Amino acid sequence: MDVKYINPFINATINVLETMAFTKAEAGKPYLKKDQVAQGDVTGVIGLIGGVSGTISVSFTEKSILSIVSNMFGEEMKELNEEIKDAVGEITNMISGQARQELEGMGISLKAAIPSVIVGKNHSINHITKHPIIAIPFNTANGGFTIEVCFEK
Amino acid sequence: MDLSMKILVVDDFATMRRIVKNVLRQIGFTNIVEADDGSTALGVLKKDKIDLIISDWNMPKVNGLELLKAVRGDESTKNLPFIMVTAEAQKDSVVQAVQAGVSNYVVKPFTAEALKEKLEKVFSK
Ligand SMILES: [Mg+2]
Repeated sequence: MDVKYINPFINATINVLETMAFTKAEAGKPYLKKDQVAQGDVTGVIGLIGGVSGTISVSFTEKSILSIVSNMFGEEMKELNEEIKDAVGEITNMISGQARQELEGMGISLKAAIPSVIVGKNHSINHITKHPIIAIPFNTANGGFTIEVCFEK
Repeated sequence: MDLSMKILVVDDFATMRRIVKNVLRQIGFTNIVEADDGSTALGVLKKDKIDLIISDWNMPKVNGLELLKAVRGDESTKNLPFIMVTAEAQKDSVVQAVQAGVSNYVVKPFTAEALKEKLEKVFSK
């Protein structure tokens, strides 16, 4: 997979969480992920199509997402419920939208599908293609999360 | 801006409706109704007198652009202020919305301040 696809998703993730949830996220070192087991407890996945196709996922630990959504709503969230699932879907949407804007500037135009959200310990994440998956761990003051980017080229 | 105006917030994600409503309430609006996609919104428009629509773009069934076109195509709503709040920041999307007669355009993610500014612009025209 071409590494040029990765940075727009890192930038978009940082921007979305900072703007909507006043949460500073710091990206760690990207690594090649060999299995499909989610790093977090709730994961949003979205398919992208266009010149190339791929999927991205955003997998939050319970601690990190409760803090993020509490900030988004200005109200304390205490459990992984439907409201959290909905919020993860919309965060995934926004990351995809922002990243696609940056990719457009690089001449890559992509359209996004409607995101899906999976909840549970050690669930699996199915990327649409069988290509290498690049995972990027992030840290916030309230726990971590991981994004995965998988493109066919 | 008349704080008693009736505002219709349209988004398929409850999260975004909640965030938009929070911002509207902070500004001082109290008369807010919701719809979870364009077809639900058209139903609301038939029975309620709405003064402003704030709508998402990507939604199942009737999307935000189709909703905008339907609103502009109907004599009773053709001048209704319509703000699109969307993750679609790509140029051709903005152009399409402008051509369809959008009043203003807010790209997600957005700050409360940014949404407030766009609202003020729409009503100062
Ligand atoms: Mg939507």
